[in-house]
Amino acid sequence: MATLQLRNIVKRFDDTQVIKGVDLDVNDREFVVFVGPSGCGKSTLLRMIAGLESATSGDILIDGQRINEVGPAERGLAMVFQSYALYPHMTVEDNMGFSLKLAGVSKEERRRKVRETAEILQLEPLLDRKPKALSGGQRQRVAIGRAIVRNPSIFLFDEPLSNLDAALRVQMRIELARLHEALDATMIYVTHDQIEAMTMADKIVVLQGGVVEQVGSPMALYHHPRNRFVAGFIGSPKMNFVKVTVAHAGPAGVEVRLPGGVNCEVPVDGDGVAAGTVLELGFRPEHIQLDVGGPLEGCIEVIERLGGLTSLYVRMPEALITVSADGNVEHRVGDTLRFGFAPDCAHLFGSDGLALPSLHRHPLAALNRQDNRAISMAGSQ
Amino acid sequence: MSKTRASGRTVGGLRSLSLQAPAVSLLLLWMLVPLGMTLWFSFQRYNLLMPEMTGFAGLENYEFLFTDPALWRAIGNTLLLVGWVLVITVVGGTLLAVLFQQEFPGRGIARVLAISPFFVMPTVSALVWKNMMMHPDNGVLAWLARVFGASPVDWFSSLPLTSIVIIVAWQWLPFALLILLTAMQSLDDDQVEAARMDGAGPLAVFFYITLPHLKRAISVVIMIEMIFLLTIFAEIYVTTSGGPGLATTNLAYLIYMQSLLDFDVGLGSAGGVVAIILANIVAIFLVRLVARHLEN
Repeated sequence: MATLQLRNIVKRFDDTQVIKGVDLDVNDREFVVFVGPSGCGKSTLLRMIAGLESATSGDILIDGQRINEVGPAERGLAMVFQSYALYPHMTVEDNMGFSLKLAGVSKEERRRKVRETAEILQLEPLLDRKPKALSGGQRQRVAIGRAIVRNPSIFLFDEPLSNLDAALRVQMRIELARLHEALDATMIYVTHDQIEAMTMADKIVVLQGGVVEQVGSPMALYHHPRNRFVAGFIGSPKMNFVKVTVAHAGPAGVEVRLPGGVNCEVPVDGDGVAAGTVLELGFRPEHIQLDVGGPLEGCIEVIERLGGLTSLYVRMPEALITVSADGNVEHRVGDTLRFGFAPDCAHLFGSDGLALPSLHRHPLAALNRQDNRAISMAGSQ
Repeated sequence: MSKTRASGRTVGGLRSLSLQAPAVSLLLLWMLVPLGMTLWFSFQRYNLLMPEMTGFAGLENYEFLFTDPALWRAIGNTLLLVGWVLVITVVGGTLLAVLFQQEFPGRGIARVLAISPFFVMPTVSALVWKNMMMHPDNGVLAWLARVFGASPVDWFSSLPLTSIVIIVAWQWLPFALLILLTAMQSLDDDQVEAARMDGAGPLAVFFYITLPHLKRAISVVIMIEMIFLLTIFAEIYVTTSGGPGLATTNLAYLIYMQSLLDFDVGLGSAGGVVAIILANIVAIFLVRLVARHLEN
């Protein structure tokens, strides 16, 4: 049970700056997910919180105490590694009880605590096994159990599910979410998988190039991405981007000219945007309707049938558009497709990549357990 | 039928046997002929100084050998030599491996230098130690002793076996270091970091994580070194010639003395048989020990 604050954290390896001034507040009992492409600095940030890496400058505070100089063990955190990092020569029980052993806890007490934790994770039948004799999912659970036994103030997860197969990943995702409810602990979770971020997080921190691009609830990021990067990163399949020209702009909305020559009104604040400016229009594949009278037209290049859903890749003069359609559509490769999109769900991005502010907040955007206003947005000037 | 063929046992048995035969028979000859001759000679009266005395000796050679106090002294020296060199190289090698695993400037060069003694041939290294390091007048150690006002030690006469142990350990420490350093590199960083998060200090990391990880490599080092250390010869020949008295005579050197200095081939062969038995006793223990570690 703890809060965490990062204040202007910078990390430099030799001459390269990998974390470029990150500010972040993690509230008590919050599930925060750091997400971003590989090399964005999310793991480095986590390792700095863990104390395995030192921050070049800035402050790390747990419950208001600056802990930059405190060693990793004394910070009261526990970390689950991507490789699980179980001690191969110890049994599951010894693995889980290792931290207690080092802390000088008596054998009976150790045994009791390990059994308690094993019960939560259904690990009791495995306690006498060595890690080698466990499956990937079981190893993962032992690694989580090892973290729980320490009774940490904050749990840190470094891409814990990326070594598991797809089915197990879904199962562990649910289990982790349940565990978060049961333990009621603060958790920080690093992943490159935006689905994990969307499904588990109270709050997502999108990182790119060592900078926080946006912080917010999953639905806030999905419906109100701050910039083009977040818009493209969150959501699957990816958001479509099309170059459009502003026909008319005002505080009540922006009218843009689509590639086909049709105009369309997007409800965003266009105050100060001149007519004739080239913007980027973003709309999600799932917000497209197949419509013979629709304003956009293209030729189908690839069809991916998933059963319930079909992804159509449509060639337009300037872009390849992804369309999520019903599983029963009968189109074929080479067909010409006419379609439209819901302007209410569309976004406009300026040449600096920033989104023009939406006129209406999406009702689900505020759907999270914690108050998002406490979050300072680093990197947003 | 195709199954048996795939295993190559039933159908291809004859063919594969014929293909294996040259190698196997060469190995058998290579091993069995010398072994058979040694056994044969050990039951013969065969002294080059007394060519007229020949014939079957029965257990005479063995009787002479086992009543000779030199044998027990030599076996003792052999075990002392092997034991101490193993202790020094394994302990030193482990500590050095941990040291050389740390990042520091010039680590690559330092590693090469630390491993280089292994590439010096035993006779040369023995000569270097004898004439340049441990020489009571011109040796580096004598000079060091004088610098600090102590009287130089005459290593080979006052501490003969210790001197041999030092020389051999100096030669074999790099081998242990090489193997253990390689093993260190396969230690998962995440494990060390997980242990640090669990509250392990450097010592706890060493004893709970590093050492168990190195266990297998250490048993390999012990096994390989033991095989070579049982037959140490050149270092003794070059420096002390087994002396003073029998102070540095090990089994290999005793056999050499009996058969090539005393020209008693029969007695030397009997000594050889004892050496084979000793090596096998050690090997049985060793293989069991190592096999247990390799299984896990």
